[in-house]
Amino acid sequence: MGESQEEFAIRVRDLVVGFGRQTVLDRLSLDVRRSEILGLVGASGGGKSVLMRTIIGLIPRRGGTIEVMGQPIGGRKEGAATTWGILFQQGALFSSLTVRQNVQFPLRENLVLSQELMDEIAIAKLEMVGLRAQDADKYPSELSGGMTKRVALARALALDPPILFLDEPTSGLDPIAAGDFDALIGTLQKTLGLTVFMVTHDLASLTTVCDRVAALADGKIVAIGPMRELLQSEHPWVRAYFHGKRSQMLQHEMR
Amino acid sequence: MNSQPLLLATPSGDVLKLRPEGPWTAANVTMLETLSRSVGADVDRSSAVTLDMSGVSALDTLGAWVLEKLSRRAASSGRSAELVGVADHFSGLMDEVRQVNRHTPAPAAAQNPVLLRLGDLGRSTVGAREDITIFLQMLGALFMAVIGVLRRPRSLRLTSLIYQLYRIGWQAIPIVALITFLIGAIIAQQGFFHFRRFGAESYTVDMVGILVLRELGVLIVAIMVAGRSGSAYTAELGSMKMREEIDALSTMGLDPVHVLIVPRVAALVIALPILAFIGSIAALYGGGLVAQFYGGMAPAIYIARLHEAISVAHFEVGLLKAPFMALVIGIVACSEGLRVKGSAESLGRQTTTSVVKSIFLVIVLDGLFAIFFASIGM
Repeated sequence: MGESQEEFAIRVRDLVVGFGRQTVLDRLSLDVRRSEILGLVGASGGGKSVLMRTIIGLIPRRGGTIEVMGQPIGGRKEGAATTWGILFQQGALFSSLTVRQNVQFPLRENLVLSQELMDEIAIAKLEMVGLRAQDADKYPSELSGGMTKRVALARALALDPPILFLDEPTSGLDPIAAGDFDALIGTLQKTLGLTVFMVTHDLASLTTVCDRVAALADGKIVAIGPMRELLQSEHPWVRAYFHGKRSQMLQHEMR
Repeated sequence: MNSQPLLLATPSGDVLKLRPEGPWTAANVTMLETLSRSVGADVDRSSAVTLDMSGVSALDTLGAWVLEKLSRRAASSGRSAELVGVADHFSGLMDEVRQVNRHTPAPAAAQNPVLLRLGDLGRSTVGAREDITIFLQMLGALFMAVIGVLRRPRSLRLTSLIYQLYRIGWQAIPIVALITFLIGAIIAQQGFFHFRRFGAESYTVDMVGILVLRELGVLIVAIMVAGRSGSAYTAELGSMKMREEIDALSTMGLDPVHVLIVPRVAALVIALPILAFIGSIAALYGGGLVAQFYGGMAPAIYIARLHEAISVAHFEVGLLKAPFMALVIGIVACSEGLRVKGSAESLGRQTTTSVVKSIFLVIVLDGLFAIFFASIGM
């Protein structure tokens, strides 16, 4: 038992989530190992974001258990920011605060530290995600899409949480920016030893940064493993996903 | 392994040996700050500093930065600082924090407070001119759109107009009637109370009738509509602006003024006189009830007095003002809505501005009308 707690950052067992009569996740089980980058793919509207939001406690579940860092997830929200950081799809920056204040927000709410150190940490985080100190006094409405994502990442990392959730981190970015972002996540994961849970449709991200990829179809994880294994999968949906026209070019490169 | 962070400082000659121990993580930040501050003076005094990191059991960005700051402090002014015993899994993080916070931008120069105030004054003066320009632009755009509708009546958005009428007219009737009823009752009560002293109670009816029909009925209703519907218009248009819905309309070749603003302003212009009429009647009714139960005046006498005291002219003066007030409220609400920028805060600010400005303009307009009607003898 002790070993499994060491090995897995997130353990999901027989998770059932539904809205009204519709069942979105049906007895889903998933393990995320410590210090790995797990990519989650699935059809649009297939429950990827629902799974992520259920793990972080935003959506109530009907059944099953979720353990994060060996602790079962209940209704408790205190200390959530020190357990995980979340990068929402649209950034979800607080629009009335500057970039600097956005990054400082988790620090200010969870720790007691001097303003000077807080400023330095905020700038340090911004520089780590590739922004400049000059951007710190801008408001979220003045940022481009890529910058918004970077600031949101800096905020998610403000407290050095062991787990990082990313909801479509590269959507809406151009291929160069998306590539930079992937590299950034890879670097940060290595330096900080993060466990990263990434919901994405970006095949390039899946092949370049993800250690393992999980495919979600019909409310279950139908395949999980390194990208190469998933490409060999016989499941019809996984085949359609990775062997469709759009994936062909990537396939070609993989060979 | 220590559960609390420690910082051991052992001076040997000119060299200060610092040995951080335990978890240097964000959870212990308060202690870390105290620790690093306590050795600050020693660091400044010694000519060389060795930072031995072999005792650190856990490290995150925050802890790494506090250590990096110590070593930078030691390394400043030509002294030497050495980092030894960095565990393999911490070296990446230490390398990373060494890169950051190298270029601190110069803080903005403090400005003369008097100049700042003057600057604000100048900006708001220019801003006032801009407000007038925007108001006139919206009036012009609305006028052009109305001409377009008159030329091609079928282009009027009838569904939208009816829906807006339902929302800001029909749904507003209960609250408008209730409040004007209370206002009428209060005026009548005050009239009876004070006029009784010099036996002029019967003139209360004149006061209630003239005040309500000429001024208060329409003014109170206009203020309520500005607060109730004007704010809704601003918030709606503002959030549409934020989500680029208005840009989407324009790119489809549709004029946002025509599609969104004409139905809204037209609904206000139609609904406000009706609401003002309902409100005035409710106020007269409230006055009548007070006259009966507080002033001891029979309903028949109240109506007869009212009949003598007021003429159709009073009523006309009141209702004539209503469409103009509606136009002002509509234009202010819609143009403030279109001025919303990207943030939620801006939406809130613009909604507040819209309500404050339209109430102010309604009262100014009422004053201008009072002068006008007095000078033409109505």
